[in-house]
Amino acid sequence: MGKVIVVTSGKGGVGKTTSSAALGAALAQGGDKVVVVDFDVGLRNLDLVMGAERRVVYDLVNVIQGEAKLTQALIRDKRVETLYLLPASQTRDKDNLTSEGVAAVIGALKANFDWVICDSPAGIERGATLAMRHADIAIVVTNPEVSSVRDSDRIIGLLDSKTLKAENGERMEKHLLLTRYDPLRAERGDMLKVDDVLEILSIPLLGIIPESMDVLRASNIGSPVTLADQGSAPALAYFDAVRRLKGEQLPVTVPGEKRGFFGKFFGRKAA
Amino acid sequence: MNLLRLFSRPRSAPAARERLQVLLAHERAATGGDADLLGKLRDEILRAISKHMQIDDNKVSVRMERGPQVSTLAVDIEVPFDAGKKAA
Repeated sequence: MGKVIVVTSGKGGVGKTTSSAALGAALAQGGDKVVVVDFDVGLRNLDLVMGAERRVVYDLVNVIQGEAKLTQALIRDKRVETLYLLPASQTRDKDNLTSEGVAAVIGALKANFDWVICDSPAGIERGATLAMRHADIAIVVTNPEVSSVRDSDRIIGLLDSKTLKAENGERMEKHLLLTRYDPLRAERGDMLKVDDVLEILSIPLLGIIPESMDVLRASNIGSPVTLADQGSAPALAYFDAVRRLKGEQLPVTVPGEKRGFFGKFFGRKAA
Repeated sequence: MNLLRLFSRPRSAPAARERLQVLLAHERAATGGDADLLGKLRDEILRAISKHMQIDDNKVSVRMERGPQVSTLAVDIEVPFDAGKKAA
């Protein structure tokens, strides 16, 4: 049985889709069988970020409505053999996502993949709660910025109350992915520091993705940043995040931050 | 000019951090698991007390203040002069 991850955030535009694609590709590059599911019905962007926008025939809503088989809707990535995409519908009414339908699709994907990554829509509406409902692990994507942190706090509350795991009295595994981090501005005191965000949200840190041109460049060409530019700072940060996701104990260092002699050896501890 | 700005301008991140801490402490209290905890408490306290004495519903206030370490629950009930006699 595969693990279901929801990539979520309260606020929009913090990098959920970019992170879903990058993490999915990184996991698949390691040989795992991965499917990334776009839950953002009505808007849909994961296909574009992954460079598969012209290959979409059937989508998640078609599968849920019984108009297409799951295997027909799955798009296999052209670069990585074990990476698949289940796109969202753009034109349909988002009420077509039924709770039972989502449960059936996630169940089928779990049986066939090592990782099912659900790219959640922003907000706390039905689409977002459906995306997180069946998750085993939640990745909360946050920018070091007040509105993003506040909304993430709200989402963490939902993860602890509106998911199957929470309803069964189990603990939801939650991780923080801090994106668009600029160590220079944080050092100057003009951006919340990693420790500030961690203290406020108090969930373990999965990784810090530095603010970088490489992220935009990768989405411009329709490739997850972990595929487009494997040696770039954000790609390396995503690769590290994936290693932590798989249970490796790896200290989190702030990319690009100048560290002292000892800091190099004793990085920030990942929980 | 740049140097001047560097010295005169206060750092904004500490302000962000403080504002968030205050805000989230309130929001967590309001939207936490027991959304209407205070309302429920108020009703039950009222019911328990009105078994023994006559009190005015509007003269009961229940307040909860949450701090990082300790939360305090303050219950303030105004008892009329002859409440005990009436109930008995």
